[in-house]
Amino acid sequence: MTRTHVQCNVNGDEVDFLTDPAESLLNALRDQLGLLGVKEGCGTGDCGACSIMLDDAVTCACLVFAAEAERSTIVTIEGLADADKLHPLQQCFLEGAALQCGVCTPGFLIAAKALLDRNPDPTETEVRYALAGNLCRCTGYDKIIRSVLAAAEEMRNDHGVSL
Amino acid sequence: MTATDQTATKQTATEQTTTEQTAAAAYKWVGTRPVRPDGVDKVTGKAQFGADRVLPGMLEGVVARSPHAHARIVSIDTTAAAAMPGVHAVITGADFPDLSDSGASADDVSRSRNVMARDKVLYVGHVVAAVAAQTRRQARAAADAIVVEYDVLDHVLTLDQATADGAPLLHPEMVARGIDPEDARPNTASRVAHERGDLDVGFANADVIIERSFTTQAVHQGYIEPHAAVADVTRDGRAELWCSSQGHFAIRSMSTTVLGWELSDVKVTPAEIGGGFGGKTTIYLEPLSLLLSQRSGRPVRMVMDRNEVFTASGPTSGSNIRVKLGATAAGALTAADIMLEYEAGAFPGSPVGAAAMTAIACYDVPNFSVVGFDVVLNRPKTAAYRAPGAPAAAFAVESVLDEVARELSIDPIDLRLMNAAVEGTQASYGPTFPRIGFVETLEAIRHCDHYQSPLGPNQGRGIGCGFWFNVGGNSTATVNVHEDGRLTVMTGSPDIGGSRSSMALFAAEELGIDVNTIQSIIGDTDTIGFADVTGGSRVTLSTGAAVIEACREMREDLCRRAALMWDVDRDLVEWVDGRAQHVDRTETPLSLADVAAKAGRTGGPISVTAAMNMRGAGAGFSTQVVDVEIDPETGQTSVVRFTTAQDAGTAIHPSYVEGQMQGGVVQGIGWALNETYTYREDGSLDNDSFLDYRVPVASDLPMIDTIIVEVPNPAHPYGVRGVGEVGIVPTMGAVANAIHDAIGHRLCDLPMSPMRILDAINQGNG
Ligand code: FES
Ligand code: FES
Repeated sequence: MTRTHVQCNVNGDEVDFLTDPAESLLNALRDQLGLLGVKEGCGTGDCGACSIMLDDAVTCACLVFAAEAERSTIVTIEGLADADKLHPLQQCFLEGAALQCGVCTPGFLIAAKALLDRNPDPTETEVRYALAGNLCRCTGYDKIIRSVLAAAEEMRNDHGVSL
Repeated sequence: MTATDQTATKQTATEQTTTEQTAAAAYKWVGTRPVRPDGVDKVTGKAQFGADRVLPGMLEGVVARSPHAHARIVSIDTTAAAAMPGVHAVITGADFPDLSDSGASADDVSRSRNVMARDKVLYVGHVVAAVAAQTRRQARAAADAIVVEYDVLDHVLTLDQATADGAPLLHPEMVARGIDPEDARPNTASRVAHERGDLDVGFANADVIIERSFTTQAVHQGYIEPHAAVADVTRDGRAELWCSSQGHFAIRSMSTTVLGWELSDVKVTPAEIGGGFGGKTTIYLEPLSLLLSQRSGRPVRMVMDRNEVFTASGPTSGSNIRVKLGATAAGALTAADIMLEYEAGAFPGSPVGAAAMTAIACYDVPNFSVVGFDVVLNRPKTAAYRAPGAPAAAFAVESVLDEVARELSIDPIDLRLMNAAVEGTQASYGPTFPRIGFVETLEAIRHCDHYQSPLGPNQGRGIGCGFWFNVGGNSTATVNVHEDGRLTVMTGSPDIGGSRSSMALFAAEELGIDVNTIQSIIGDTDTIGFADVTGGSRVTLSTGAAVIEACREMREDLCRRAALMWDVDRDLVEWVDGRAQHVDRTETPLSLADVAAKAGRTGGPISVTAAMNMRGAGAGFSTQVVDVEIDPETGQTSVVRFTTAQDAGTAIHPSYVEGQMQGGVVQGIGWALNETYTYREDGSLDNDSFLDYRVPVASDLPMIDTIIVEVPNPAHPYGVRGVGEVGIVPTMGAVANAIHDAIGHRLCDLPMSPMRILDAINQGNG
């Protein structure tokens, strides 16, 4: 099978890898780049566990071919924290007990970041709809929604934090 | 999962003067909300779940599954598959020992045949072979190239089909338990019964008698992480298994049993578990990956696709339920006659036993009969799901209770209060309740703002209640003090919802040290002593009790060491606020670090292990109120407000108690309104994706308000009851009662979909 050479920027690093045409970006990120924080819950775009930022759009990595990532800029959960400082969303998820098993958490954090990047002051309803593509079976969403709202407030109050 | 709590009944007379307020005030750490020890790894993507293990030279394994719901396997030809590129091993039923002649238990035989079919396949998706190859795609291609010749048999997909005269039999050799031969029905594996008093007398004393029939559908636990296992069998015959489960010791014993291997030759390391809810208390891929690894000499990883999770891992039972209740005009229940029929799936073992025990356990009814049947049919073998068996039975009972309350014009909470089980009530399943908090949950809901608030147009309000035993069981805890005086607490209980925090909180409380300095970890099967599965809401209770016991022994040891360091009598030393102190204050107190630094001179390393079989689980109760709004045009139900009250005994980490309550409720809402397995006539599952099997999403829901009731369990040192399961039990009944309140019609069939609601509205108007 012919393999395609892909170059892209992942979490600030220029990377490249070889992929065959049928490989999903999710598999490439996990198996080739070792970014195992990107989770697979379904492989069909229905759970959001594999959410990443692909050129500033929140995307299910399982629905994209790895070859399509050529020259793209990708942020995964591994790129959310700034060196040793957690992103306010990560901190609020911890303090708000927004995770039980935690397998949905990477996807929720990425989807929530995408929301706050474009809407720093969302209502509860806006948060609920923005995260409706992410399934969590443990929490009933209550503490996730509260933690996103808390992070939004913190980020609005602290202009020093880059969104 | 059906564990009763016989021993707790002996504790009825325990002095219980601790009130919620004094209990909370008495603790420094218990009841606080620290960040969990595994939290940072989980928000940064570092935590390793089942599929995240990568070993050098690792192969990928996949499974070949039956396309037929019921068929005899005539032959399996793997020659072509084995010769395909990249393939290293192919296994079939012939590679596993036949346990049926080995004296193994019926459950073990069932499990062995469920993980790999022999002779017959019993549902679409039943495993017939497995392949390990260099890549997943190669393995899949080889699995597809395996040639299986089937002799297709008639199949049964519903309870009614399975038990009809002349129905095809899944297990012709099966001997039904608890059923006289003349009453035997096809595919019925067992009958259970709980009876008391005289039903005829009870119904004769009733002023109102209401009887309804209900159906509930199979639903899946829906954990977001698919099953996954990585096995590595070394040439010296030792094996390592890395997998996500609710109990790595159980996985070890089940896997080695079906393989016929020595139990202690396999080390199982618990991965982080991405949800289980009961569904990860059994084996699927684990023994297959072990055998593939042995045959190939390479590590093998196996991960289910989502459609495999739906098709072939255990959902919980669908059911047929009939409930007849009698009550006096004043509201006293006089009689209950309940019939439960539960789907077991392809092998016996539905949770109908627990359903029968729990069905009316909330109430004190003088005359009752609860009879249950376990029925096999051509669907996947069911697995435990949060309070197994109880939610469907409670849905039916709470619905009929609501009808009784309406008929008698009694407030639904008053009716339940009048009949509520209290301390001293003999539970419907046998023992006498010690101190329990059911009434307190009812009162909490009655007085909450939600219950007092007015409803809007097209809205209705419903009440539901539920009971779950909670269980004790075996646990081990080891507490080590490092040379710097910091502490590691290790247990053998996988952490599925924050229990590492609770273990650290117990240790902090017992030893008087900062919870944030404590490591709380889970050991593999070679490293820590045995623990039962994380299930039955048992970890905070039982594993917690082991941690407490270990810490108390350690406190004693630390005092002894301090006495040696000071050269004084042991009795002159006490442990206060994390330090050894001379009772006369004549010595400078010694911190853990001070004692640890001199450990070599006072008896060596500081390490204590406690292992115990905890008895005295504390029964759990929950009462819930829900407001729904029905769109009269579409029949769509929106849950607009929800409050759940639950007796936690003592909330060790309140955030994770609330989380369990909220998670249980939302699973119950899904079960009530949308979730259902739908099968095609050929026995294949029609909705095997999250697109078609729709679980609740954030935009479907309101906040889930929680009221933690704390009536301490007299049998636990901190009063813990266990909180994981009972929160799902009342929900379907509460939602059904709210829908009735909104539209004036009783829906007796789950899920209460828009179509069914429209039908009910239209029939009522027609
Ligand atoms: S794994 Fe991509 S959406 Fe579920
Ligand atoms: S925390 Fe388990 S799925 Fe969300």
